[in-house]
Amino acid sequence: MTQNQELITAIIEVLASVAPEVRDLELDPHAPLRDQLELDSMDHLHFLIGLHGRFGVDIPESDYGAMRKLDEVANYIAPRRQPGP
Amino acid sequence: MIDVQLPSLGPEMTSGKLLEWRIVPGQQVRKGTVIAVVDTEKAAIDVESWHDGEVVELLATPGQDLAVGTVIARLATPGEARLTLPASVPRSVPTPSAPPSAAPVAATVRALPAARARAAELGVALEGRRGRGPGGAITLQDVEDWATEHAPRAADAAAGGDRPDSVRRAIAASMARSKREIPHYYLWDEIDVAAALGRLRLFNAARSVTGRVLPVAMLLTAVARAAGEFTDMNGAHDGLHYRPSGRVNLGVAVALRSGGLIAPALIDAHLLSVGQLMQGLSDLVRRARAGGLRSSEVTGQTITVTALGDEGSRGLLGVIYPPQVALVGIGRISLRPVVESGVVVPRECVTISLAADHRVSDGRRGAQFLARIAALLQSPELLEGT
Repeated sequence: MTQNQELITAIIEVLASVAPEVRDLELDPHAPLRDQLELDSMDHLHFLIGLHGRFGVDIPESDYGAMRKLDEVANYIAPRRQPGP
Repeated sequence: MIDVQLPSLGPEMTSGKLLEWRIVPGQQVRKGTVIAVVDTEKAAIDVESWHDGEVVELLATPGQDLAVGTVIARLATPGEARLTLPASVPRSVPTPSAPPSAAPVAATVRALPAARARAAELGVALEGRRGRGPGGAITLQDVEDWATEHAPRAADAAAGGDRPDSVRRAIAASMARSKREIPHYYLWDEIDVAAALGRLRLFNAARSVTGRVLPVAMLLTAVARAAGEFTDMNGAHDGLHYRPSGRVNLGVAVALRSGGLIAPALIDAHLLSVGQLMQGLSDLVRRARAGGLRSSEVTGQTITVTALGDEGSRGLLGVIYPPQVALVGIGRISLRPVVESGVVVPRECVTISLAADHRVSDGRRGAQFLARIAALLQSPELLEGT
């Protein structure tokens, strides 16, 4: 759980580089991100590029649908992430 | 000698605030070199030089509000006799009155006048320090950064406060002028993009997340190429005469997170492949929101596109940005019933609209323009060579 919390914090940091207002929000991990933040398709792509840079996980377009909520993103990243430097 | 004037960074701009110099006397600049950062109602803009030359003197101080057209610097053209002006002792620059307590700064310190003044104000010692300006010259930004660990960048500071109000004022001025002066006509069409999106999915499946292309980039590429062929949709009207443009500087409406929008240009968009346009768009959106747009990007638009994205409305009828003569509106891509060989089938479609200027074109021509965009989207070659 604490490891998961650390991962979620790191994901939020990536999100904040795209949507700085996330720092002032208490995100619900079980609700769609797009309902809580104004993210357009370019923001979403920049978020995925950020995740790729941070965790070394390349997310194919066909998996975008499985990454709508914060907990879904964490569940997707956790088993696939590259060991950090 | 060339007088460098504060340029107009938008059709309704009358004044701006100099935030920062990016040049020092003695420095060589080329056409396109960023010389200063100027705050407008909408954003902090990197102002580029229009000429090659050597900076002779800076005539304005960061923090000053200046009218458009004010001479802010002088350049010597490459042919002119080079003035011997040691960069460390910039003369004839109106140094803001430093407090009398300001310690004299050693002549060996290379610093911009504004940086010296600010250093005196903040009590920052400059001796022995190197800045990030040319040849290690200390810039205003260096001083600000040294003064406080996390000094806000000029652009960030400018982005706060009453920015949404001023953005709204700028939009209001431009749009009111448009509705007053431009006799708009409107056309729209629903375009079946299922095949194009299918090709795009294949294209993206073969690429890492950093090389993927969004549907909007494909749509913009088609619009840019069509605009390059339709000279009566791509240019500028000064109220009396229309001047078609030989290049397509595609304005792209970008929503600002604080509200409002700005429509900077993708320069020469008609020459870009889909992949190049996607990279350019990604970079442009980032800079529109974080700062760093260049003067050529906020002044040179020849036609504008506004795309609502996949959470937006089905379609829109836009307002043309003067002095341009056309605006293309792209609605949300969605599954819609399409009749094909007498059978209703669900297909991905997008509503693309045109608002165009009746002083320059008429509906028949506008319809041809929309049809050309649709045809380009159907052509598999759109994605080739990217």
